[in-house]
Amino acid sequence: MKKDFSIVGKEVIRQDGLEKVTGTAMFADDIVLKDILYGVMLRTTVVHAEIKSIDFSEIADNKNLTAIITSEDIPGAKKVGAIKKDQPIFCFDKVRTSGDVLAMLVGNNEKEIKKLLTKIKVEYSELPILSNSSLAMNEDAPVIHEESSNNLICEYPLRKGNVEEGFKNSDYVIERSYSTSYQEHAYIEPEAVIAIPLEGNKGVKIIGSIQNPHTTRSVAASVLGWPLAKVRVEQAELGGSFGGKDDTMNVLAARASIAAVKCNRPVKIRYNREDSILESYKRHPYKMKYKAGFNVDGKIKAMKIDIIADGGAYASMTPFVTWRSVVQATGSYEIENVETNVKGVYTNNPYTGAFRGFGSPQPVFAQESLMDEIAEELKISPFKLREINGYNSGSVTASGQILNSHEVTLKKVLAKASDESGFNDKWEKFSKDRVQKDFIIGSEQREKEFILDKEQFIEPENVWRRGIGLSCSFRGCSLGAEGIDAASVFVSLQNDGSVYLHSGLAENGQGLRTTFSIVVSEVLGIPFEDVFYLGIDTGYVMDSGPTVASRSTIMGGGAVKDATEKIKRNLLDVFIENYNIPQIARVEFTNGMVTYDKYSMSFKDLCKLAYNKGVNISAVGWYAGPNVDWDEEKGQGNAYFTYVYGCQVAEVKVNITTGEVYIENITAVHDPGKVINLLGAKGQVYGGVTQGAGLCLWEELNTIDGKIKHQNFDELLIPTSKDIDNIDVHFVEGEEEYGPWGAKSLGEPTLELTSAAISNAIYNATGVRYRNLPLNLEEIVLNRKLSPASVKRGSA
Amino acid sequence: MIQISFILNGKKVKLETDENRRLIDILREDFSLTGTKEGCSIGECGACTIIMNKLAVNSCLVLAGQLIDSEILTIEGVSENGKLNVLQENFLKYGAVQCGYCTPGMIMSIYALLLKNNNPADEEIKEAIAGNLCRCTGYKQIIDAARATADTDMITDLSQ
Ligand code: FES
Ligand code: FES
Repeated sequence: MKKDFSIVGKEVIRQDGLEKVTGTAMFADDIVLKDILYGVMLRTTVVHAEIKSIDFSEIADNKNLTAIITSEDIPGAKKVGAIKKDQPIFCFDKVRTSGDVLAMLVGNNEKEIKKLLTKIKVEYSELPILSNSSLAMNEDAPVIHEESSNNLICEYPLRKGNVEEGFKNSDYVIERSYSTSYQEHAYIEPEAVIAIPLEGNKGVKIIGSIQNPHTTRSVAASVLGWPLAKVRVEQAELGGSFGGKDDTMNVLAARASIAAVKCNRPVKIRYNREDSILESYKRHPYKMKYKAGFNVDGKIKAMKIDIIADGGAYASMTPFVTWRSVVQATGSYEIENVETNVKGVYTNNPYTGAFRGFGSPQPVFAQESLMDEIAEELKISPFKLREINGYNSGSVTASGQILNSHEVTLKKVLAKASDESGFNDKWEKFSKDRVQKDFIIGSEQREKEFILDKEQFIEPENVWRRGIGLSCSFRGCSLGAEGIDAASVFVSLQNDGSVYLHSGLAENGQGLRTTFSIVVSEVLGIPFEDVFYLGIDTGYVMDSGPTVASRSTIMGGGAVKDATEKIKRNLLDVFIENYNIPQIARVEFTNGMVTYDKYSMSFKDLCKLAYNKGVNISAVGWYAGPNVDWDEEKGQGNAYFTYVYGCQVAEVKVNITTGEVYIENITAVHDPGKVINLLGAKGQVYGGVTQGAGLCLWEELNTIDGKIKHQNFDELLIPTSKDIDNIDVHFVEGEEEYGPWGAKSLGEPTLELTSAAISNAIYNATGVRYRNLPLNLEEIVLNRKLSPASVKRGSA
Repeated sequence: MIQISFILNGKKVKLETDENRRLIDILREDFSLTGTKEGCSIGECGACTIIMNKLAVNSCLVLAGQLIDSEILTIEGVSENGKLNVLQENFLKYGAVQCGYCTPGMIMSIYALLLKNNNPADEEIKEAIAGNLCRCTGYKQIIDAARATADTDMITDLSQ
């Protein structure tokens, strides 16, 4: 029976909207405290070096200086990390990357203590710099962390069938290489955190723009050498995160705590944009080699994939990010023979970690570009090729998982996206329209013949070429076989029918508060406005694991539903007893009323009654994902307990003289399971697609010998209001047994598909295949990067 | 140090300060108006947008000396007596807010546009917020909210 929902699936206005449109929402830097001190960082000026000495003598008795904090002030762990404890809070032996910090100056006048930084003398003994991830595993590569013998962070093999046989039995075999670049999270709010020493022996309280308060707590506690319960972390309003306010914030929180305890005063650290870009982690650049064997009938027989992810100087989330890549690298297609190798390596580059998409946007770009290259080889349409190879119910993934526990909606989203966009007709038409002979872009020839002949003249009206492209993906929900996956919440009903909701999962701007409150409102049939989501404070809520991997709806939402249903059962008993009606009665909870037959009571009265009778009207909700398993050696197993599917179609026009790509439309079709809040869900898609487009076209972030070149928004270009003309969103709600009413996840799949769809559209427009992101102007015109190394000004 | 007086959210204020202090710091530190946000400090992100003499400007680029006799409106001056302005209502209704960090600046830029043009085309709305970066929303619902507001009589509201 299909359930009729009273609020689930509607457009619901977000619960925390009011304070955000009036400017009263309190972000971390908005918090003002008496007697507060500021911390500013002494950052390295070199990339890879041994630290010989740091000389503070010139500033030691400056009146503005309250304290100098270095690694020596740390009573507990000097190095931290999500998986490997390899990242120093303050560097003490070596610096490994350009964002590294050696010490922190603390004082009440932030401006004045910043001036002191230049007076500190640091002596380094420089080491060779490793900036090319392909060289990281070479014998002679400098080793970044001396406690390991090489630069390997992690390695995941996956073997299914026999690829060599598969290639032998294929009519065609092609090999292609793709690469992606860094992406900066570019949350508009830079990092900020305050540590406040509590009176007596109570420890320290941390408030900040923190994505995962429980993780921050455990890092700060380990650095202080204290028990977890002595550190309380509260999340301030968070100005965007996208996976980015985790490790960086943990380190900043630890620094602020050490200083706060030492000075016995509150200490605030707030970054400006340059600090933020320099020190925070980014999306992993990937180098990907794909080899595919396929037959004339379009069936892909074998695929061999080699991926190197640049982890930068610290491991951070690299082992988890790259694990998702190995599971999903072949995309949403059933392939008999697969061999995948994914490696994460250390370099001296900025470190990389969690970022919305989490190891999927890179392989999706490569593998969905490859699908179009295969279609091109076979002279069939990209749509057809995906129809032939795409997952159906019962298909077996590369890791040997049979997709049978949920509705496999790949073909549905593919059909919907292509219908809505008119893909097939447009694709045919643009392919035919494509005239290459008058002008060659994306080739070496263009570079040599930069000045055109008369006969090559292009009429202004012919400058823009239009194209359409599509991409598909499947994505494992939540953490998968690499993490412990459970979430808990606490729901407490008040005797007037209003509700408090506490959750260990954090609001990161994605609308989690609203989603959870909708679940409570739906189960109890009460107004959404009566549900109050309390801020997250590790002092009051249980650790629910990180708010990552688009897991909050499926896991947290599941826990909210569990708790609310427990309370509902108690209320039901009270109701039944009160009217002396049969136990099996179908009692309705709707519109603030509880009704059975002729018996009816307002929800508020029922709460009061239950309360007066001493019945418990609060509950802890728990939701644990079903079992998943993974064989590390063969890369086989049930990697995730369920998956979501999506398809995006991009329509672009390309200016073949300047290389400009303008996005006319993106049709995004996603199956997130049941949609809980339609307004929020659409917002997730618009935002994700836009970030995906940024990754594809504009967001260049280069390093020269490990140093970041683009340090603020004048150089780092993220999408603006003028870059995408339209985004068209559709949901296909696949059947699912897990999650609240089958709601799964949405935040990340929206981003992973966009770059491949755009790149395929550019090919459709120009006939040129671009394999290295970002596809900025010079890439489109020259089909190569004007990366720093290749620009030799003044030389021939 | 200079003495300046200007109009802030409808009230005349006086202040003695360094000539080279930035307006954003004056607002946030001296007047506790923390609704105005800082995202880049160089005039690129628009989080610090306020309205100065009816034009949207980046408050991180305005110095104290420039404030003399000016009229400044910040996000805190947009809603009156706790009642939301139509534009703010529409930001909520159309889902234009996610993390909310860019929101005050966005609202000020659109407000300034609507002050001088109560019937802007989509292109004009996009142009008005081209200097306001938002990393969460993809802009679409912000543009929807602006368009919906242009269709109402917000401007009459404003001039009252
Ligand atoms: S802080 Fe003023 S424009 Fe970014
Ligand atoms: S809502 Fe987050 S930056 Fe705009």
